Amino acid sequence: MSMDLDAPVPIAAQDHVAATILCCNCGAPIDGTTAAGALCQDCVRSTVDISEGIQREAVVHTCRDCERWLLPPNSWVSAALESKELLALCLRKLRGLTKVRIIDASFIWTEPHSRRIKVKITIQQEVVEGTILQQAFVVEYVVHYQQCSDCLRSFSPHTWVASVQVRQKVPHKRTFLYLEQLILRHRAHQDTNNIKEAKDGLDFYFSQRSHAEKMVEFLSSVVPVKVKKASELISMDIHTSTKSYKFSYSVEIVPICKDDLVAIPIKLARSVGNISPLTLCYRIGTTIQLLDPNTLQTAEVPGATYWRSPFKNLADVTELVEFIVMDIEPVGRSNGRFHLAEATVARASDLGSNDQTYFTRTHLGGILHVGDSVLGYHLTGTMFNDPNYDAIEASSQYSSTIPDVVLVKKHYTRKKNKSRNWRVKRMAREHEEEALQGPTGGSRKQEQERERLEADFEMFLRDVEEDQELRGTIELYKSRKNQNAGGMEMDEDSEDEGVPKINMDELLDDFDDLNMNDDE
Amino acid sequence: MAVRAQFENSNEVGVFSRLTNSYAVVAIGASENFYSVFEAELQDVIPICHATIAGTRIVGRLTAGNRNGLLVPTTTTDQELQHLRNTLPDSVKIQRIEERLSALGNVICCNDHVALIHPDLERETEEMYYPHHYYSLIADVLGVEVFRQTIADNVLTGSYMALSNQGGIVHPKTSIRDQDELSSLLQVPLVAGSVNRGSAVVGAGMVVNDWLAVTGLDTTATELSVIESVFRLGEMGPRGAGMGNANKESIVESFY
Repeated sequence: MSMDLDAPVPIAAQDHVAATILCCNCGAPIDGTTAAGALCQDCVRSTVDISEGIQREAVVHTCRDCERWLLPPNSWVSAALESKELLALCLRKLRGLTKVRIIDASFIWTEPHSRRIKVKITIQQEVVEGTILQQAFVVEYVVHYQQCSDCLRSFSPHTWVASVQVRQKVPHKRTFLYLEQLILRHRAHQDTNNIKEAKDGLDFYFSQRSHAEKMVEFLSSVVPVKVKKASELISMDIHTSTKSYKFSYSVEIVPICKDDLVAIPIKLARSVGNISPLTLCYRIGTTIQLLDPNTLQTAEVPGATYWRSPFKNLADVTELVEFIVMDIEPVGRSNGRFHLAEATVARASDLGSNDQTYFTRTHLGGILHVGDSVLGYHLTGTMFNDPNYDAIEASSQYSSTIPDVVLVKKHYTRKKNKSRNWRVKRMAREHEEEALQGPTGGSRKQEQERERLEADFEMFLRDVEEDQELRGTIELYKSRKNQNAGGMEMDEDSEDEGVPKINMDELLDDFDDLNMNDDE
Repeated sequence: MAVRAQFENSNEVGVFSRLTNSYAVVAIGASENFYSVFEAELQDVIPICHATIAGTRIVGRLTAGNRNGLLVPTTTTDQELQHLRNTLPDSVKIQRIEERLSALGNVICCNDHVALIHPDLERETEEMYYPHHYYSLIADVLGVEVFRQTIADNVLTGSYMALSNQGGIVHPKTSIRDQDELSSLLQVPLVAGSVNRGSAVVGAGMVVNDWLAVTGLDTTATELSVIESVFRLGEMGPRGAGMGNANKESIVESFY
């Protein structure tokens, strides 16, 4: 290793050079009043090494997977090669550097694959009274691999102790998209080792059982769930009778979603306020909240009650058809945001071909106007294979109340691929089928799968836009695109007049993105 | 001649010994190695006294002396004083001095003619009113002219200067002007220099008389050659021509 020494810097200016003494080392005549001790400059340079005691070789550890650097004792920081963060880390690694003054430090370029980092450090120190020596030297760091604790946790298969398997047996992912936002907002995913996407749901893995139980508690506080616990014995020491288990919590979310058409058992309908058994689910909280669109009567079915006599939905949002309001007249009764009205609607697909119209009562009296487009379930001519629905049809009391059409929500025509001024955060998770993430996509089935996911996400975003109540429970962030564009697009989409928009005041600034440029 | 020695791993030989033209005082060490160096050079020439001062070994720093006398601090015990009296020649006056600055070797630097003393040394030490007239301790005991001086702004004249009748070596940071001034007071040539590989405490790092210098083991060849030339150690033996000071003036003149 080469070491180049710079000239010592005497404090006093050498205006008169009068040789008063001989250098004690080489005998050269020097001015004793300004010399360093009794040494000439050359001898100071050659005999004094102020970098003595400073390591010339050190080892830095980096994690191969996340490319972070170990900052002793146990924190990991991300730093690019030749960045000032890495330089600080390298300097901190050297022992003995605190005793001298560091004047300069810089990287010497090395081939990245060489796994060597070279840093040139210039230091100053007072060697004898009144004489400061400056010296530059090179320290070589060897880059060793060490898996960081986070990567260690996620890579090794036996690091999780408890898993929470959340399932909802419905053909779409809207509930999980909403749940994801709730989890993000409440930071409920902080203790997870890993999150995996499975069929009909998500798996959360934890390194401690209590973390899993916390997650289960969280889930049961936001949605009606049924929890089953199972434990698997991993090992047992018969001498001390210590055992290690793996715990699995199966959390099943009710398979009823918002806007689903539900036929509840008549007995249950009588017990929850004698509501008409053919109802619309208008909200899922900790209970299932049902609405009879004919009378605006609402009922709540608690999770426990539901799981005693589970029922399925008759139809979900994928079966909604578009209707056009031909005539609407408010009845005058209202319940919260619902206003009862009598409407005459026609199927949008029937327009121009026949004059078939349907008369129905709806809870959307407050927002529907003549000519509006509305989504609803078309019961006439639909065969439901559901015992509860059959019971309603068979019942003398309720069979006559089955309407032709149940209107669910107003339909807004949106531009395709309209950019929103807001966005939600997503959770990083591992797909069970890795190929789903591939940039080009694999087979046609996977292509369809992805399209369905995108459609679900779009539907979720629309729900967020249309439902003020839902919006209050999750965090929305300002979209980055619009921050850059400023307020330029005020009158851009004039044809989307009626489409509900989210006020900028409701959006949050994302501080994570302020200084990082990751492309999402 | 000049020899290198070490007192129990210490290069500061001037701390542990006092060398004059008529006697030498050497501290009692664990081994006789240090004493042997003196013995080898001085046996049968001048008496070498094995001594402690106030129970310590730092005899060189606590005492000041030349061929005429020896000053010891007030902490010297009677027994030590008696031992010194018994060992040293009768012509050497020994005087115990009551002085606050008790390390007399640090504050007094003398040859057989002149003494440079610490500026803050008590007036009573320098001259004392005894019975009926002023009696100068340093001047009378050592038989010297006394000057209050500093060396390169250091008050410890005895630490930063090594002096013999032939020449003197001062602190390396002493300017040429100061050297000229001191040299004219002492009437001997002076150089600035170092001992023990760059140590500035030349008074403590070596002892010297008119024909012998003992320096620390670390002293480099360059330093030793400076010492030999300024103290003119090559030219004179213990009974050589340089002994005495008959031609002192001419030596000084020729050096310049």
